[in-house]
Amino acid sequence: MSEIKGKIIRISGPVIEANNMRGSKMYDVVRVGDENLIGEIIRLNEDVATIQVYEDTNGLKPGEQVLSTQEQLSVELGPGLIANIYDGIQRPLPAIRQQTGDFISRGVQTLPLDRKKKWRFTPQAKKDDHVTGGDVLGTVQESSLILHKILVPPEVNGTLRSIVKQGEYTVDETIAEIDTPAGLKTLTMVQRWPVRKARPVIIKYDPSVPLITGQRVIDTFFPIAKGGTAAIPGGFGTGKTVMLHQLAKWSDATVVVYVGCGERGNEMTDVLQEFSKLRDPKTGELLINRTVLIANTSNMPVAARDASVYTGITIAEYYRDMGYDVALMADSTSRWAEAMREISGRLEEMPGEEGYPAYLASRLAAFYERAGRAKLLGSQETEGSISVMGAVSPPGGDFSEPVAQNTLRITKVFWALDADLADRRHFPSINWLKSYSLYLEHVNGWWEQHVGTDWFKQLTKAMALLQKESELQEIVKLVGPDALPVRERALLEGARMIRENYLQQSAFHDVDTYCPGKKQTEMLRLMLKFSDRILEAASKNVLIDDIIAMKSRESLARLGKVPNEEFEKTFQKVEHEFEHEIDTLLKRREL
Amino acid sequence: MKNKDIEYTTVSAVEGPLMIVDGVADVAYNEVVKIRTPNGEVRTGQVLEVFEHRAVIQVFEGTRGLDTKHTSARFIGETMKLGVSKDIVGRIFDGTGQPLDDSPPIIAKERRDINGEPINPCAREYPREFIQTGISTIDGLNTLVRGQKLPIFSGSGLPHNEVASQIARQAKVLGKEEEFAVVFCAMGITNEEANLFRKGFEQSGALERTVMFLNLADDPTIERIILPRLALTCAEYLAFDLDMHVLVILTNMTNYAEALREIAAAREEVPGRRGYPGYMYTDLASIYERAGRIQGKKGSITQIPMLTMPDDDITHPIPDLTGYITEGQIVLDRALNKKNIYPPIAVLPCLSRLMNQGIGKDRTREDHYDVANQLYAAYAEGCDLRDLVAIVGEDALSERDKKFLHFADLFEQRFVSQGSFEDRSIEQTLTISWELLAQLPDAELKKINVEYIKKYLLNKKD
Repeated sequence: MSEIKGKIIRISGPVIEANNMRGSKMYDVVRVGDENLIGEIIRLNEDVATIQVYEDTNGLKPGEQVLSTQEQLSVELGPGLIANIYDGIQRPLPAIRQQTGDFISRGVQTLPLDRKKKWRFTPQAKKDDHVTGGDVLGTVQESSLILHKILVPPEVNGTLRSIVKQGEYTVDETIAEIDTPAGLKTLTMVQRWPVRKARPVIIKYDPSVPLITGQRVIDTFFPIAKGGTAAIPGGFGTGKTVMLHQLAKWSDATVVVYVGCGERGNEMTDVLQEFSKLRDPKTGELLINRTVLIANTSNMPVAARDASVYTGITIAEYYRDMGYDVALMADSTSRWAEAMREISGRLEEMPGEEGYPAYLASRLAAFYERAGRAKLLGSQETEGSISVMGAVSPPGGDFSEPVAQNTLRITKVFWALDADLADRRHFPSINWLKSYSLYLEHVNGWWEQHVGTDWFKQLTKAMALLQKESELQEIVKLVGPDALPVRERALLEGARMIRENYLQQSAFHDVDTYCPGKKQTEMLRLMLKFSDRILEAASKNVLIDDIIAMKSRESLARLGKVPNEEFEKTFQKVEHEFEHEIDTLLKRREL
Repeated sequence: MKNKDIEYTTVSAVEGPLMIVDGVADVAYNEVVKIRTPNGEVRTGQVLEVFEHRAVIQVFEGTRGLDTKHTSARFIGETMKLGVSKDIVGRIFDGTGQPLDDSPPIIAKERRDINGEPINPCAREYPREFIQTGISTIDGLNTLVRGQKLPIFSGSGLPHNEVASQIARQAKVLGKEEEFAVVFCAMGITNEEANLFRKGFEQSGALERTVMFLNLADDPTIERIILPRLALTCAEYLAFDLDMHVLVILTNMTNYAEALREIAAAREEVPGRRGYPGYMYTDLASIYERAGRIQGKKGSITQIPMLTMPDDDITHPIPDLTGYITEGQIVLDRALNKKNIYPPIAVLPCLSRLMNQGIGKDRTREDHYDVANQLYAAYAEGCDLRDLVAIVGEDALSERDKKFLHFADLFEQRFVSQGSFEDRSIEQTLTISWELLAQLPDAELKKINVEYIKKYLLNKKD
């Protein structure tokens, strides 16, 4: 391969042009200027290449050289990803800090994975085995939570000529040799994969298992399935980020990839520090031990925002290929779209809607399509999944803008965050009338089988109640609550109970922050029962003021904060309490 | 001959704030340019785009008087820098970093690139140190912490300068005497407004601890693009080299955004919303993200940017993009102002994202979080009821609802409203809160831990 070396002829922010680049391919990575800044070719015209630079271009001059690596933008996949925090092009931030101090300077060159660290490799395949892409060669305990499977890269198959014994190896040491039709292939624990290309699977299935998030409004009303996609649009201050943090903390995925794309630096620090302290409710292990963080904050170079999303999803695919359920959170996809718009503007492309490039919709779709539950490569017949949750930050909180609209066309779950709800501190501020999930029927079977209650029936009933409430509220706005019949007022009280105490959930309360599935259904059952009973009381002429004055409403309101371990007992007590109170009211009425 | 000694007289076009020079060589992107006008005046510019033999330059002091015949340009070989040293504190500078007071230029210990570099997220320290501003609506409900960026969203004619001035005057961290400094960055405000701040700093004795960067309403617009960067470079030096706690006041960001739009328009860029450039989010982020704390460093940068929402519209791109970057917002409200309530802070749309970790036991008080939540919920309900009362009259309300309605009024009069020189401690703020909450039935205080209700409310009632 002959060297391709060009010269800068134009610089405009993160976009530069270089001539004498004939022979380069689209999306090849290049080294720009004397400081070897990293860039990617995004347009070719004769011998002129247009390049987006992933680092700050201040001080760069025309005439400086551009060297093509003749390789696509790729990530390194291997042990050491977990618990690490990377920038958009997979440079580890702690390593950058060691090199350049507290501020990120440009031109830093580091390798994504630690070269010195030794991992204990346990072989699973043996000499002379026939292996194909996706087969497990061996395992490494990457963290207390993740057993990292070393896989045969997707495009490799053949006969295992040798494999090392159990022992400690660095990621660069050869662990296996395979005789392939194309000749001998030596393998280490690291694979490289171009980020813009999806890693292959055999077939994609429909999702059927819910991703349990411990968030009542999500699990009960708008569930996301493992392998599903969800959009979280909301104006600023509506709690998108807290929501994504909650999902990253409590989702029952095996691996979580959290991409901070063009958002606040402090938020990434928060995730990093919180996850190093918080423990997974199921295993009791630190959350960081199952998390990979990608941070490209808003003040980091804009072109790398685009890369950060692809880096994240490629890492997610790698863990999916091991047969794990992976959840990817992207905060925020709007910043990614804006990066596309900025680069597109610099390229002087014909703009589409609101200045976004015409390919916005197809890029978003292609990204979300990399989610899913799939049958994996390899001879073991395993399954894995990637669930993708993307925040959208629509300007002015107006969902009719292109990023939100194009996202909603693809994702199956819509959690609409509402500024009105956020203003009154109703959190999570998911608007229950606007949001939807197309996975309800997919996951119904799982709920019935594992939690055993009439999950679907309950949620339909509760939703109908809330819907009715909103209709009644319209009337109340015109005529005042006094003008409503007692029955309707009782109905409002029942709906209020669910709205204020079931839909709302405190992310900052030690117990309430995570609500297990069983507790959710039990809680909703009690509240629906309460609602039924007060309706009954109202129709038997119990005064509405007496219903409102019921002491047990307070206990019901605090159900979410009852410790998860022993909730059944307390719940029973509360049930007796309100039944008794209503019975007393009814009896008094009869006398 | 070095490039910085060459005077290019090959200006080929002047257009709005931009000037194009042809036939150049060895020019760097974002490099500083010294421009000599036909009558000998020297102005400063910056390279916005560079080709092999052509450079597009934005001229800071305006292009009036430039021509394509006699005007010359000299490329000085480096990007915009600010000389910093300890003596910078107490000084006043203009939009190009030249002293405006009568003292001589400072002797720079170091010259720093004004664009700065992003703080490595894994080097950041999460801000959690409570700053008491003495304003109940901020301390109690939207707590400011050291290292936060908390903007004030205002409208024309609202007392945002008074509020910011009061914050600057009263802000302190409880129980600590530490070195602090104020960096004041004025973009396109009037002389009168600048004086108000100066007086405020004088009164609190902070003037000799203040660095001022002034670009007043009649100064060149384009300088407003670099002014906040000068101010923040100075702030970073004070905070992370000299261990000071720095409060940066940026006013008025609306003028900054206008300047940004002016340049984008002159460059004939594809406009985003309302004519503002598509990269405005990124550009604003490069300013706001320069707040924060760093692990192992004593100092901090706390930012209070101010902006006026055009037509009081919070969805306008300037407040909208700001809100997406900053860690909350304090919103001033015209209706409250008309009711003669000072500070006219509309509590409901306000937010402090860093509040939760800055309050509670050992920081403010154990009941703080619950009380704040309850106040919010109760006030929101009271406001809703006001709308209802407007239609159906107060008589149609239940006893419970009447209490909430009454609560909302009391809340505005006793909690929100305070004097512009009234410095309330957090204890006072919480005491007022409990007095207000006492107006509601105990059973309605669902957001507060029962323990706290017993401790702070029932015990007092007995």
